[in-house]
Amino acid sequence: MRAVDAVMECLKAEGVEAVFGIPGGANLPTYDALYDGGIRHVLCRHEAGAGHAAEGYAKATGRVGVALATSGPGATNLVTPIADAMLDSVPTVFITGQVRTDLLGTDGFQEADITGMTMPVVKHSIMIQDPREIPKAIHEAFHIARTGRPGPVLVDIPQDLSRADIAYEPDDRIALPGYKPTTEGNVKQIRLAAKAMANARRPVIYAGGGVVNAGAAAELTELCTADRFPVTLTLMGLGAFPAPHDQWLGWLGMHGTRTANYAMDEADLIVAIGARFDDRVTGKLSEFAPHAKFIHIDIDPAEISKNVPAHIPIVGDAKRVLPKLMREYRALETDSSRLDAWWERIRGWQERHPLAYEDSADSEIKPQYMIEALYEATGGDAIITSDVGQHQMWAAQYFHFARPRRWINSGGLGTMGFGLPSALGAQVACPDQTVVCVAGDGSLQMNSQELATCVQEDVPVKVFLMNNGYLGMVRQWQELFWNRRYSGVDMKMTPDWVKLAEAYGATGIRASQKETLVDTMKRALETPGPVVLDVHVTKEENTYPMIPAGQAARDMVG
Amino acid sequence: MGEEPATQDVLSLSDLELPGVQAGRRHIVSILVENKPGVLARVAGLFARRGFNIETLAVGPTDDPTTSRITLTLDGARHPIDQVTKQLHKLINVLKIRDLEPEETVARELALFKVSTDEDTRAQLLEFADIFRGRVIDVSKRSTTVELTGTDDKIEAFERMVRPLGLIEMVRTGEIAVARGRAAT
Ligand SMILES: Cc1ncc(C[n+]2csc(CCOP(=O)(O)OP(=O)(O)O)c2C)c(N)n1
Ligand SMILES: [Mg+2]
Repeated sequence: MRAVDAVMECLKAEGVEAVFGIPGGANLPTYDALYDGGIRHVLCRHEAGAGHAAEGYAKATGRVGVALATSGPGATNLVTPIADAMLDSVPTVFITGQVRTDLLGTDGFQEADITGMTMPVVKHSIMIQDPREIPKAIHEAFHIARTGRPGPVLVDIPQDLSRADIAYEPDDRIALPGYKPTTEGNVKQIRLAAKAMANARRPVIYAGGGVVNAGAAAELTELCTADRFPVTLTLMGLGAFPAPHDQWLGWLGMHGTRTANYAMDEADLIVAIGARFDDRVTGKLSEFAPHAKFIHIDIDPAEISKNVPAHIPIVGDAKRVLPKLMREYRALETDSSRLDAWWERIRGWQERHPLAYEDSADSEIKPQYMIEALYEATGGDAIITSDVGQHQMWAAQYFHFARPRRWINSGGLGTMGFGLPSALGAQVACPDQTVVCVAGDGSLQMNSQELATCVQEDVPVKVFLMNNGYLGMVRQWQELFWNRRYSGVDMKMTPDWVKLAEAYGATGIRASQKETLVDTMKRALETPGPVVLDVHVTKEENTYPMIPAGQAARDMVG
Repeated sequence: MGEEPATQDVLSLSDLELPGVQAGRRHIVSILVENKPGVLARVAGLFARRGFNIETLAVGPTDDPTTSRITLTLDGARHPIDQVTKQLHKLINVLKIRDLEPEETVARELALFKVSTDEDTRAQLLEFADIFRGRVIDVSKRSTTVELTGTDDKIEAFERMVRPLGLIEMVRTGEIAVARGRAAT
């Protein structure tokens, strides 16, 4: 059969139900195979949209997301989603067409060295050189994307090789001698960690997106509640521990809660699980958690002691390690009254510094209120995707995530335009759930073309646009750190979003009154098909609290 | 008996120490890789991206046609070697990495020195070459080329000796190395 038909068989064998992409000359054979290949194809309107949709699909389910693009510009349009998937460890496979092998290296029409170009931002990439390798390459790509620390894998297939005839035998055995993720965790180290936890007086459990990726939210919750351990999560980890909860401190870092950041600052033991001490979390590294010893549990050994040296490193899969750690801890029969003083201190911070904002005196919608209204209108039961900016931080602060895979955002790369296509992907993966994209008015313009995809594919994504007329997050930095010199942040012209939605055949609704906002949101949620709800909010509101870049947790402002 | 919680003397957090960080010596890292396209680019790119500075790099086939050996040397004082090897391990085509202990390693490098010579200085150069066990591999009216094998120290010492004679150019392969004794590197 043709190699591309074998690709379809491999995709089906990997359990792929939907792929996102755009055809072109170099991947015409792939599209020919897709025509009756038995896999749903979602025709996106930009390859970046397709790539982020694949990410959304993956983040909502834990399954591998797949995006297809042609050579040259199709492939280069995927670079941002690939980098995004790398930084947020999203299991994804990108299959690109490449020019014919006789044209390779000649600057042929639509030739771009996409394997070379993406080398720094992929977990792995495979440039096909022999059509008989194609099935094996596809299976390897899926295996690598999904196992260990997940990430993006690129498979680049020259056009002539993709249409070559090959003998195809289903075979998904993997032989990768250089790839053996460590999953179990060293027993001695786990025992030592349990002892350290039993002896800590001011412990904090700090978990991240790795716990979500590992499918270990339940195991994390059990460990945390095996005693009264205070818990904080990273922006990527939201939902890995159910919020609200008595032991929940809120998330940490630049726009996290004061309580979480202060607790890190005073902790004597920090248990990091599937988190990587990003600079947005640590602030000034030399002043980060100055009193703490560190246990660091991660599937990726290179994360351990990369930014913060670990006293007890444990390499392993959180799903395997956490139950063992909990058993070891339980066996020590600790007395949790040792944590009383610590909790008293934490409660004090929580009382003094709750997440709060000053509501408007009139009908104006404060951006924070918009998210509270969203929480109320959905009853908290929705998948929320987000763009990048102030709205993202407020969404993370004021929506409370009780379950993993309900909060889908671009944390590591911070990619504007991520929200709508990732919502598309999440909704394709989870047709029965409510999917809301909390969009920024700057960000939405970077991938608004995917509204067409949503309408064509009947994907009923609800876009709740936080319309503040600004590239708000940048404006905030200019206000606070650049003497209010607002340079290039005022979007004096933005589209009429209601008309834009209607132009695409979606529903557009506008909201500017706080009194009716929850009802308007409910109406939007009940409207069939894709909806854009254009919510006009206070133009110059700042996201607080905040650790100014390069400062320490205790220097939080606002 | 007192009712002290059993945890009291289990472990004192103050006893927890950071694993010893290796002092910043020069490192010879031997990397066995799959013989696949782009592997060298991946390794070199990783070093560039993470800001690790490679001093020398040598690549060649091994006794097994499916693998190649990359030997590189770097200054460990500037970069935690631990991070370097962990990041290298993440490359799927990297099979094995060894940070070779200098005392348990034999390392060699080949260098070619082209020196400007006339009748007088040629005799001088031949004398140096003899002391360093170098070999003359090309002679012309106005130049002599010497081949030298050895450790990087030896090659650098030779360079210092011949430079005053009029060094036209020097080419070095970068070190290759194997572990001492019977065990494979
Ligand atoms: C692709 C991309 N370009 C630029 C930036 C820098 N940036 C970060 S936040 C932001 C403003 C986003 O504006 P908007 O989407 O309206 O969100 P707001 O902050 O107003 O809520 C910008 C420009 C980015 N993160 N991503
Ligand atoms: Mg905005």
